[in-house]
Amino acid sequence: MTSVLFDAPGPRARLRNNVLTLLSVAVLLLIAYVVISTLGDKGQLDAAKWEPFLRGDTWTGFIIPGVIGTLQAAVVGAVLAMLFGVVFGLGRLSDHRAIRLFCGGVVEFFRAIPLLILIYFVQAGPATLSGYTVSVPAFWAVVIGLTLYNGSVLAEIVRAGILAVPRGQSEAAYSIGLRKSEVMRLVLVPQATTAMMPAIVSQMVVLLKDTALGWIIAYEDLLNAGLKQFAVNYGNLIPSAIVLALFYVLINLALSYLAHWLERRSRRSRKSAAGGPIAPPSAIGTGPTGGSGRGAVATLE
Amino acid sequence: MDTSTLFDFSPLVQEFDKILLGFWATIRLTLMSGLFALILGTVLVSMRVAPTPVLRWAGTFYVNVVRNTPLTLVLILCALGLSDTMQLTFSDQPSTNYFWWAVAGLSAYTAAFVCEALRSGINTVSVGQAEAARAIGLTFVQSLRLIVLPQAFRSVIAPLGSILIALTKNTTIVTVASYLDAAAQMKQMFDDFGGTIPIFLGFAFGYMVLTLPTGFFFGWLAKRLAVAR
Repeated sequence: MTSVLFDAPGPRARLRNNVLTLLSVAVLLLIAYVVISTLGDKGQLDAAKWEPFLRGDTWTGFIIPGVIGTLQAAVVGAVLAMLFGVVFGLGRLSDHRAIRLFCGGVVEFFRAIPLLILIYFVQAGPATLSGYTVSVPAFWAVVIGLTLYNGSVLAEIVRAGILAVPRGQSEAAYSIGLRKSEVMRLVLVPQATTAMMPAIVSQMVVLLKDTALGWIIAYEDLLNAGLKQFAVNYGNLIPSAIVLALFYVLINLALSYLAHWLERRSRRSRKSAAGGPIAPPSAIGTGPTGGSGRGAVATLE
Repeated sequence: MDTSTLFDFSPLVQEFDKILLGFWATIRLTLMSGLFALILGTVLVSMRVAPTPVLRWAGTFYVNVVRNTPLTLVLILCALGLSDTMQLTFSDQPSTNYFWWAVAGLSAYTAAFVCEALRSGINTVSVGQAEAARAIGLTFVQSLRLIVLPQAFRSVIAPLGSILIALTKNTTIVTVASYLDAAAQMKQMFDDFGGTIPIFLGFAFGYMVLTLPTGFFFGWLAKRLAVAR
């Protein structure tokens, strides 16, 4: 598409492009210079602030436990969210009106409220309700919050994926005498899964990023280990933040790459009838409430 | 089990003023960050489709880095890093200063998503439009500004609406930037009155009052402004 926006450059356009390239390089270098010199002026580039990252105990003491904490919350959250998503996604497609309405209500509720107030409630609610005898550990507060929110988004993905399988598939399955549960299990879900994979993996990126909310309720994740405990010890918040951002970006880029690869793969081996890969709920439209609106949450949070 | 507080909605009434103030902060943060994110996102998408490779790389780099960093980290970097550690402040008034740093962080983060939405919008503009623009001799900037972007904007109104809704929900994270919004108010009330269901439902309702009409409005707007093809 981009190439359609401008012609193949002639001599004058080439000159103009070269001038523009030079100009933009100059501007970008200027920005980089301002950033680096400001950092330098405030002493953020001192070797003392970066040197701790070269020491083994930094890695064994803070960063690796932090990464493990983050991955633990993310993996447990992802598995539970997937279960939640399958149950409620299929529930929204149920033949029973009551189940459909209940699942729809739950999914829409958790999608409409911020994840953070959910996490606050999961942490504080049970304690109050039980008269301060139960306390929810920070880990479970994060995981349950992530499960309910991302599970609801995944439920929409599952529902959209199943609806994307052409009607003829389920009609054929019914006509050879399969029951509803068999149609779901043997025909619809396997075909929908390939189409849903990219959207599911992108949602996992969101989930992984959201584990960083653990910072707020003091869960020992990567952010907490690197920025609260470690940075306080060495007074190097900005260098730590930069290093941690690098970690998150690398992990998430790897996941995004996986999503991209799955998408290409499912497009290439288009044997199932489910059509191309489905988009996250944003592009699908999830009902009369302008649901097409609410969806991009899927990618944003 | 202490049932006396279970269905007690009185804290919501008692603290109604503070709750409204909290949601007012949420609304201001959302609108301000939304505005700046839209501007920055448009600039970024122009860079990403520009004829100059350096600009394309810079735009892609920005989007990939910011989109994959947790918002919590972005806001911590803004408030604790740039503002507190490096003493770069917008104002001597702490609340004003943190407000603008929160807006800066939220805008910088959201702009990456606005850019991606607009880019997919540009992809929906039919090739003939851009070719016609070139054929009558418009330059890159002219064809982008007069032909392509107006149509791209109109086709991504619904996704932009969802980004605005997600932004509304993301403003809760400004807690880490030492700025008090509705979520911080809820946390405060949890500490004062205990984590009761009525308080949670009250705030959940407050956020739904903000997000659901936004969804309806953008859905309506998207239909109304859809490009007829």
